[in-house]
Amino acid sequence: MRHDPSPAPTSGGHPSPSRGEGVNERLHAATRHGTKRLAVIGGRVVDPTQGIDRQATVLVANGRVEEVTARPLAKAPESYEAVDAGGLVVAPGFIDMHCHLRDPGFEHKETLATGTAAAARGGFTTVCTMPNTEPALDSASLIGDLLRRAGREAAVRVLPIAAITVGRRGEQLSPMAELADAGAVAFSDDGDPVTDANLMRQALSYASGLSGVRREVLKQVQDEIRGLPIINHAEDRALSRDGQVHEGHVSARLGLAGIPAEAEAAMVARDIHLAELAGGRLHVPHVSTRRAVEHVRAAKARGVRVTAEATPHHLTLTDSWAYGLHGSVPEALTLAAYDTNTKVSPPLRSQDDVDAVVGALADGTIDVIATDHAPHAQTDKACTYYDAAKGINCLETAFGQVMTLVHKGKLPLAALVERIAAAPARVLGLELGSLRPGWAADIVLLDPDGEWTVDPARFASKSRNSPLTGVKLRGRVVATLYAGAVAFDARVAAK
Amino acid sequence: MTQTQARPPAVAGPAVKATPPGQAGDAPAGGDQPVMFAGQRHLLDVDTLSPAEVTSILESAEGMAEVLSRDVRKTPALRGKTVITLFYEASTRTRVSFEQAGKVLGADVINVTADSSSVKKGESLLNTALTLRAMHVDAIVMRHPHSGAPYFVADHVDASVINAGDGTHAHPTQALVDLYTIRRHFGRLSGLRVAIIGDILYSRVVRSDMHGLRKMGAEVVVCGPRTLLPPGFAPGETVPEGLPFQGVRVAASADEAVEGADVVMALRIQSERQSAGHLPDLREYSARWGVNSRRLSLANPGALLMHPGPMNEGIEVSSDVAHGAQSVVEEQVANGVAVRMAVLYALVAGKREIGQ
Repeated sequence: MRHDPSPAPTSGGHPSPSRGEGVNERLHAATRHGTKRLAVIGGRVVDPTQGIDRQATVLVANGRVEEVTARPLAKAPESYEAVDAGGLVVAPGFIDMHCHLRDPGFEHKETLATGTAAAARGGFTTVCTMPNTEPALDSASLIGDLLRRAGREAAVRVLPIAAITVGRRGEQLSPMAELADAGAVAFSDDGDPVTDANLMRQALSYASGLSGVRREVLKQVQDEIRGLPIINHAEDRALSRDGQVHEGHVSARLGLAGIPAEAEAAMVARDIHLAELAGGRLHVPHVSTRRAVEHVRAAKARGVRVTAEATPHHLTLTDSWAYGLHGSVPEALTLAAYDTNTKVSPPLRSQDDVDAVVGALADGTIDVIATDHAPHAQTDKACTYYDAAKGINCLETAFGQVMTLVHKGKLPLAALVERIAAAPARVLGLELGSLRPGWAADIVLLDPDGEWTVDPARFASKSRNSPLTGVKLRGRVVATLYAGAVAFDARVAAK
Repeated sequence: MTQTQARPPAVAGPAVKATPPGQAGDAPAGGDQPVMFAGQRHLLDVDTLSPAEVTSILESAEGMAEVLSRDVRKTPALRGKTVITLFYEASTRTRVSFEQAGKVLGADVINVTADSSSVKKGESLLNTALTLRAMHVDAIVMRHPHSGAPYFVADHVDASVINAGDGTHAHPTQALVDLYTIRRHFGRLSGLRVAIIGDILYSRVVRSDMHGLRKMGAEVVVCGPRTLLPPGFAPGETVPEGLPFQGVRVAASADEAVEGADVVMALRIQSERQSAGHLPDLREYSARWGVNSRRLSLANPGALLMHPGPMNEGIEVSSDVAHGAQSVVEEQVANGVAVRMAVLYALVAGKREIGQ
């Protein structure tokens, strides 16, 4: 999935922490952007940030969007190379603000190269990596190293999320200001919650005074996004204990220890109170329960600076998937039961929870669709449910999964694009996720009705841990342009 | 010991000729191979069995009991077959009764425990399964602390897998033993009322018992501290249709559960429940939920007292009741061998004919 090799983005050393020269400018300069002029013709352009949903042509030069034409052009203008989008939707490239690329430390599960290749196939032009690596991303030098290697190895843009606490141990704050200057876009100990409420309060407070790479961007909403978000894995471990699945009828049937919905809701409620107290920005990852949704909705209504995300699996799968029969509930268990590929944190929840999360995504209570792509090796899943690692491989199935919400009439296509491209940029304060003139030409070509069957053996990801094997999805990523260059094109890949 | 004459089974199950394996040298005729679990290779829980299949196993077990009552307790029915017992948890009665069952049937039985195997060297369950597959054993009797472990192994081997207890999920042969024991005393299962008292949340026995008893038409009433009831089990209510264990009634008190019962089953209380905060105090548990003579007297006259063992006498069951006239606890153990013979025979003898 690598493109023409090009020089390392910055000549050694991590990105300069000096301010005021436009860090996004530097990030763009660091990107291996395309040099051709492109005209994406024949497609229906959907860009909610500009209120665009019409037949139009997107003109690209120097890796940036030149313009979205008022009317569609019949053919590419002279000196532009045509990219055929006939019959397709043309949208801003997706931004995944929550994924695990496992690099460094767990390269047998995923690497920057394979993870971003999977991202490109999934329509993602920016991925934010979680810091539960080995070592954890808790120092500026590690962030710098990651960005440097990403410049060489990654197929799309990689933005790091740094650890809230040193070693993700939940004991002492990491050097957050240095991390922000080095390029961290948010903070999280994802996988583990910050259990100590005082430490969480201090993290929210400290990060609210930081700006990092976002300082120059999105001036129109700068107040709203002031400070860097703290993303706390919302799980009360005293409640979840050694739970394996959602606590409910399925856990009762399978004899697996349950994780009550309240293990999430209680932590979300606490974090909202702490964000209020600290005046900080809280982002709630992978919301999975009705109760957590209610907390976020009420907090937003009273002006707390909180945002939230949901994953494709928590939006479309229930705890019944643990039976291994694609969600149906058998009279008697089969050998497919205890499908370890359904083990994820937080767990797949009840249908009522799924309905609430979908409703919250539709009404904007949940801002963002994020994948929580969590690749695991075969041996991590070829074991008992109890021994299995938590996580679902999601980058390549995400769009097809969330399209089921569009097909069912629960989410307009434009809203889907907003939640998966514009909203994460807004939450992170990035000048991305829009086809505005001058912005990075991160563009995805989508076939909303394209049917395909999930076959993890064909993933670009290094891992295969998807519970969707054999599931037919309607909604396909046809091509992905990253900074004006083709990062993935199914039409070429198929040849 | 009196020599008992072999007698034909009272009723032939629809799915099977329940003929016992017969005298030494008298192997069952090929055409009459008992295919008890139609199309199934494994016994992972009783939920997969039809009522007719359950009946046929229980009837086959009657024949096995007859074999066990002979002077020479040996038949060649499974001669040349290999049965592995693979135990990742301590067990006396279950492992020994499987071993005895296999040996009486003439199978070669090899016992593997986690302590004495490659498991101790860090071998994964998958690799253990693949190793056993390579050895072409006929049946693997498996106990594991993780729910679902036998499903995983069954998915990776050609042998028949028999679940001898997986985590907090299922214990199908214990359930069949319970059904067999009850049926021997009452001649039927349908219409009987069975009260099960104790740790309903974590007990693998109760899960399989609920499946088996409901399947056979018995009424099931369970009771326990609210901290030890599974999600969806509300005291004073019946588990609604469409949910797992539908139709099971949850009594508000142990007295209410026992009242009018034909069978009272006390479940083992694990000491770790107390450390996890489920139980404040064992003395309190004993008073509220323990089966004692006063509580047992609320049951129907002649009601059976059962316990899957091992018992904590004085906690979930008082000593006088545990060893009293109504107790069939030791009989349960004795019946365990016959029932496990029936299961092994059904799965292993007919194996080639099932067409794998």
